[in-house]
Amino acid sequence: MAKIKGSIVVNIDRCKGCEVCMVSCPTGTIAMAKEVNSRGYNYAYPAFPDLCIGCASCAIVCPDGVITVYKTKI
Amino acid sequence: MKEVTGIKEIIKPENLAYRKSNILTDEIMHYCPGCGHSTTHRILAELIEEEGLQQDAIGVSPVGCSVFLYNYIDIDWQEAAHGRAPAVATAIKRLLPDKFVFTYQGDGDLAAIGTAETIHACNRGENILIIFINNGIYGMTGGQMAPTTLPGMKSSTSPFGRDVRSMGNPIKMTDLVATLPGTYYVTRQSVHTPANVKKTKKALRKAIQYQKLNKGTCFVEVVSNCPSGWKMTPTKANAWMEENMFPFYPLGDMKTPVEVSDQQSKTGKND
Repeated sequence: MAKIKGSIVVNIDRCKGCEVCMVSCPTGTIAMAKEVNSRGYNYAYPAFPDLCIGCASCAIVCPDGVITVYKTKI
Repeated sequence: MKEVTGIKEIIKPENLAYRKSNILTDEIMHYCPGCGHSTTHRILAELIEEEGLQQDAIGVSPVGCSVFLYNYIDIDWQEAAHGRAPAVATAIKRLLPDKFVFTYQGDGDLAAIGTAETIHACNRGENILIIFINNGIYGMTGGQMAPTTLPGMKSSTSPFGRDVRSMGNPIKMTDLVATLPGTYYVTRQSVHTPANVKKTKKALRKAIQYQKLNKGTCFVEVVSNCPSGWKMTPTKANAWMEENMFPFYPLGDMKTPVEVSDQQSKTGKND
């Protein structure tokens, strides 16, 4: 069976660290960074990129359109 | 643009599954983290792009948190005085009947100062779409009690909770306008989870399509959070909203066009 793999790109400066994507991620890929962005928010980042399935739940729920999602079959 | 990425090999244009709509400008929105306004803007921009309405859409922005909405979505805008967005939209739609005209209003704008405009625009059945963001509070001015504040809900002007005997009952605008003959499609949605965002997008798409038929006012309420006004983290605010707002403001369609519900009952499909 083909496995679906995904990958996300987070625009750091646009992220406000609301954590809504982290809660919505079904595989626990996303975590909040310890570092802050230029506006002082802890931004979201793919802490476990191997777990990502490219479902785009994070991007769909993200208020600020921070996340771009890529998806492919392996 | 600073970025952080997952597996780099997958990031190719042909694998793109989701990106921010190009109609949403690159300007960083001024909303607080986790605000439902931003999510609603984003899906509105996506829909305008998908429906190919960038040239034909004219929005009327309100007074409230979303007052700078014209900076974020790249279409034609008109700013209205507080609460007067439906009146302004009426004029625009009557002068330019081929355009897609919508208003975007918060609960302080639509349900307090603009009640008369809203109710009469809906009663006249103006061919506009009204998007109503309800977070039960005046967010921009510091979390004061709004007409939609829940009974017992604390706000900066009701620190012991809203007492309905002295402060009146919350007003359910969506239920109210659903009873008016001028409205064509009335629904209440939310944008706090991926599933709800999809449902809201579907409802807004329907509203945009019904708008093209020119059969009456479409009214879409989005029950939203206000993490700063409610003094909670965004995720806690979403949980609080599910627990307290949804029992009082239940989600779902209040009024759907007769033809559509007839078709659904014939085919047995429930959309």
